[in-house]
Amino acid sequence: MTTSPITYSPRRVAAMVLRYWYLLRSSWPRLVELVYWPTVQMLMWGFLQLYIGQNATFFARASGVFIGAVILWDILFRGQLGFSISFLEEMYARNLGNLMMSPLRASEFITALMIMSIVRLAIGMVPVTLLAVAFFGFNLYGLGLALAAFFANLILTSWSVGIFVSGLVIRNGLGAETFAWSIMFLLLPLACVYYPVAVLPGFLQAVAWLLPPTYVFEGMRALMIDQVFRADLMAQALGLNVVLFVAAVIAFRILVDTARQQGALLQMGE
Amino acid sequence: MPAAPAIVVDHLVKAYRNVIAVDDISFSLAPGSITGLLGGNGAGKTTTIAMIMGLVIPTSGVVTVLGIDIARHRHRVLHRMNFESPYVEMPMRLTIRQNLKVFGMLYGVDDIAGRIAQIAAELELIDLLDRPTGKLSAGQKTRVSLAKALINRPEVLLLDEPTASLDPDTADWVRGHLDRYRRERGATLLIASHNMTEVERLCERVIIMKGGRIEDDDTPQSLLARYGRHTLEEVFLDVARGRRAAWVAAQ
Repeated sequence: MTTSPITYSPRRVAAMVLRYWYLLRSSWPRLVELVYWPTVQMLMWGFLQLYIGQNATFFARASGVFIGAVILWDILFRGQLGFSISFLEEMYARNLGNLMMSPLRASEFITALMIMSIVRLAIGMVPVTLLAVAFFGFNLYGLGLALAAFFANLILTSWSVGIFVSGLVIRNGLGAETFAWSIMFLLLPLACVYYPVAVLPGFLQAVAWLLPPTYVFEGMRALMIDQVFRADLMAQALGLNVVLFVAAVIAFRILVDTARQQGALLQMGE
Repeated sequence: MPAAPAIVVDHLVKAYRNVIAVDDISFSLAPGSITGLLGGNGAGKTTTIAMIMGLVIPTSGVVTVLGIDIARHRHRVLHRMNFESPYVEMPMRLTIRQNLKVFGMLYGVDDIAGRIAQIAAELELIDLLDRPTGKLSAGQKTRVSLAKALINRPEVLLLDEPTASLDPDTADWVRGHLDRYRRERGATLLIASHNMTEVERLCERVIIMKGGRIEDDDTPQSLLARYGRHTLEEVFLDVARGRRAAWVAAQ
């Protein structure tokens, strides 16, 4: 035995990443699905931006805001889906029992799901960003270091939501699967993806500022419209993300423990 | 000095809101022994095995496996155990080789390729190794589950209905392999089953559960003699239908 059963094991993380990689590699519909919706979204918002830009001077000046917003939104949404779908694959395959009774630790499982969310995101989003250059002359990578800050904050939020949803599914079975597909849409209006926070009524603004992605989308608009990188917004988003991530891990542990208490892991169905 | 028990179940209770699934059971299994856990549906067999694996937390009582308290330190011993159950499956799209490689890595197996080759030879899976697991027959899938259960050469092996839905020939082959593995490795096996033939053939000790409690616990021969029956099935029916109480009263 080369792997310590007690401590955190990169080898067990690698085993899970390999398992998901084998699955992706064996299924072309899964690969196509990763690219399909982000491409459709980006093209739709891109053409809308072109149309509005031709008819309104503000939007002509703020060229790329919609495309940037939709790509960043997809990083948030697809990042969470990438995490959650990899987890749900275990439920569909009825393999979770094998994993729960193996030496795999929760922290290793979560790390593997985080890695897979980035892998799936890369497969889906890199072609889309290249298409955005080709169709609309929008180069996401031109944002430079700001993009790294945006990406880090969005992916952290997506992982937190993914961890929480996985806990819900372990606790409640596949009946809670719908949260994996829909929970992020709750953030769509509140995180102000396509409009500034100032548009919201006062009480909703207070809610919006509790969400890390709000700072990212405000930061993106500041960069693209005013050409200012708001490091303060990114720092605030990071602080909130750390709190959110810790809360999600604690919630996951509580949900798994409750499932073990209530014998829910014996009936991993609907 | 006798060797320490491989599994100790001490006053184990599992109560859900309105149901007591396991009601104060205690037993210990000697290393290298093979024990059958018999009982009808709802007797508490699967819950007991799940608590031994740490998948379900007991309401009270303690389970130790190879000297480790499972509820508190299961990760110290899980790499020395394994299990097989028809109620969990291997990922269908992965080939047998891929599945065994993943589980070999999870269980910390050295020389995984060598171990896969060895176990595939033992379980007659060599020609199937690169076939997707979902495209196998029920018997082949059972052999793959068994390969996964043995990939880490476990010292403690828990089996829940290991031959459910298998034809008699395949079931007999699986039983033979389990018995060989136990003898060669000195492993401790606990088998939950409805299949009396299986238990009679494999097990040197039988624990019969009913309504979450242990109704009887002895060697198959002693049970047959005590109940005055010819088969374990008859003994099981006596217990299941409450005839044991009448038998005890008559004594």
